[in-house]
Amino acid sequence: MFTKLTDLDSLENISKEIRLRILDIVFTTPGGHIGGCYSVTDILVTLYYGVLNHDPKNSKWADRDFLILSKGHCCLALYSILEKCGYFDNTFLEQYSCNGGLLGGHPKKDDAPGIEATTGSLGHGLSIGSGIAWAHKMKKKSNRVFVVLSDGEMNEGSSWEALMFASQHKLDNLTIIIDNNKLESLDLTDNILSNEPLDKRLEAFGWSVKRVNGNNHGEILTAINPELHQEGKPIAIVADTIKGKGVSFMESNSMWHYRKLKPDEYKIAKKELKSNSDA
Amino acid sequence: MRNAFNTALIESARNDESIVLLVGDIGFGVFDSFRDEFPDRFFNVGVAEANMVGIAAGLSMSGFKPVVYTIIPFLIMRAFEQIRVDLCIQNLPVILVGVGGGLVYDTLGPTHHAIEDLSIMRSLPNMHVLTPCDPSEVKLSFNDSFSHRGPTYIRLGRGGEKNLLTEDLIKNRLPEKINVIKNGKEVLFISCGPILEETMAALDLLSSDFNCGLINIHSLKPLDKNSIKDQISLYNFIVTIEEHSIIGGIGSAIAEIIAQSSSNSRQLIIGIPDVITTEIGKREYLLGHHNIDAKSIANRVKSFILS
Repeated sequence: MFTKLTDLDSLENISKEIRLRILDIVFTTPGGHIGGCYSVTDILVTLYYGVLNHDPKNSKWADRDFLILSKGHCCLALYSILEKCGYFDNTFLEQYSCNGGLLGGHPKKDDAPGIEATTGSLGHGLSIGSGIAWAHKMKKKSNRVFVVLSDGEMNEGSSWEALMFASQHKLDNLTIIIDNNKLESLDLTDNILSNEPLDKRLEAFGWSVKRVNGNNHGEILTAINPELHQEGKPIAIVADTIKGKGVSFMESNSMWHYRKLKPDEYKIAKKELKSNSDA
Repeated sequence: MRNAFNTALIESARNDESIVLLVGDIGFGVFDSFRDEFPDRFFNVGVAEANMVGIAAGLSMSGFKPVVYTIIPFLIMRAFEQIRVDLCIQNLPVILVGVGGGLVYDTLGPTHHAIEDLSIMRSLPNMHVLTPCDPSEVKLSFNDSFSHRGPTYIRLGRGGEKNLLTEDLIKNRLPEKINVIKNGKEVLFISCGPILEETMAALDLLSSDFNCGLINIHSLKPLDKNSIKDQISLYNFIVTIEEHSIIGGIGSAIAEIIAQSSSNSRQLIIGIPDVITTEIGKREYLLGHHNIDAKSIANRVKSFILS
């Protein structure tokens, strides 16, 4: 089983490494939603390094916890973390979205070890995760299921169908983390279809909810502890994040939802991320 | 057909504990006996079909064999993208059972008619599409679906259908193969689903004029193309009949085969024309309105051959 880290400095350093890896892959290969990858990086690092029971050498381990990245367009963050955890070697990622490559611009189940579900069309992951959580409840197994969603994804009606289902069936083995970076593809979420007050809405749907700074590993680790939540309720973490976190010219700028880096932008971004890394 | 499905489901569930039934708040009274026998394996997940298919995917990924049941437009059209992504791309053995194929929800109107489903489902890679013609074939189709390691769509009528297949026809029926009901020489009828009743009646009406053959298609996908090619080569005239739009169903599937073969046969595609089915009435009336009742079929075939 993968050894968990709770040391916050270590988690912080891993996040920085992952952001640098994402930057290099986006710059050298086609594709990549870099802004959303950077908002969700700290969430995924906290989950894979500090929370999940998993085994990179045995990706189908029956007692593992499940993670579904429902905001599948940010798969590059997932791939980079799976790579660093040791699920696969660097040949997978270096051909990301390349002709004949092994990993594309959205996760496809079993394209590489550790990818639990096919996502990319928003509004699917929570239903699938609820089905997995429900199945494990019925089998009286203690595996936990984590689904990472985007705030834009909460525009989808199917997300709310699944929210109702999970609370109806008391799926307290299910946790969602909403990467609330407040930006969709074209504009602020509040200017498109506002979710706010998102925490209150989730509570009204029967979930046990915590709201945290989603770029702070310690806050995520604390909030995700099931002992702090009501038994019999699924857990929701509203993680307020910054899109493009870590690179000044990308932060909270919707232009970086999906944009290729020019060489000078790459250099500046790398310098900033490295300098953060040395700090 | 609904009751036949419930019976087949119960029999399968007795032998396989992983089978669970999900319904979208549809089927009043139909599944009482299943629910009584397997209370922990019957789930009404509500009027939320997209979620229902996603839940089924998650259950399947965790070792269950989910059977998902509701009225066809809500199952196939509302949840189409979940079927495409969660079931077909992930290639999961989830069985979708749609009730109300064609015009059987007659007076409920075009929202409840299912005349595009075969076209839609046939286009999905990994999906198997089964079209039992009568209650006796429902059980066979349901059993067939368990041998497929991916998703299956089974299209049912509603209730009260007559059994059409003889014991010999049932005995000789094979999964994924055509079922030759009658051999002939001049006109080959190819029928799909419960409309077989009208097709058989049309054959009777034409029996003194033409030597007709008849095959029943219970597996639209995979389609037994080689046997169909062989059959087509024996006839000058082919007539396909379906309670479905003339676009994309069995008529189209057979036309695709003819177009890619050396056959000189001419095909008449009989089905529901490319219209919104707004006419109000019972199924028998609507079949007549759309010229797919036995009498209309016979008349159209005569005109086609003599034209």
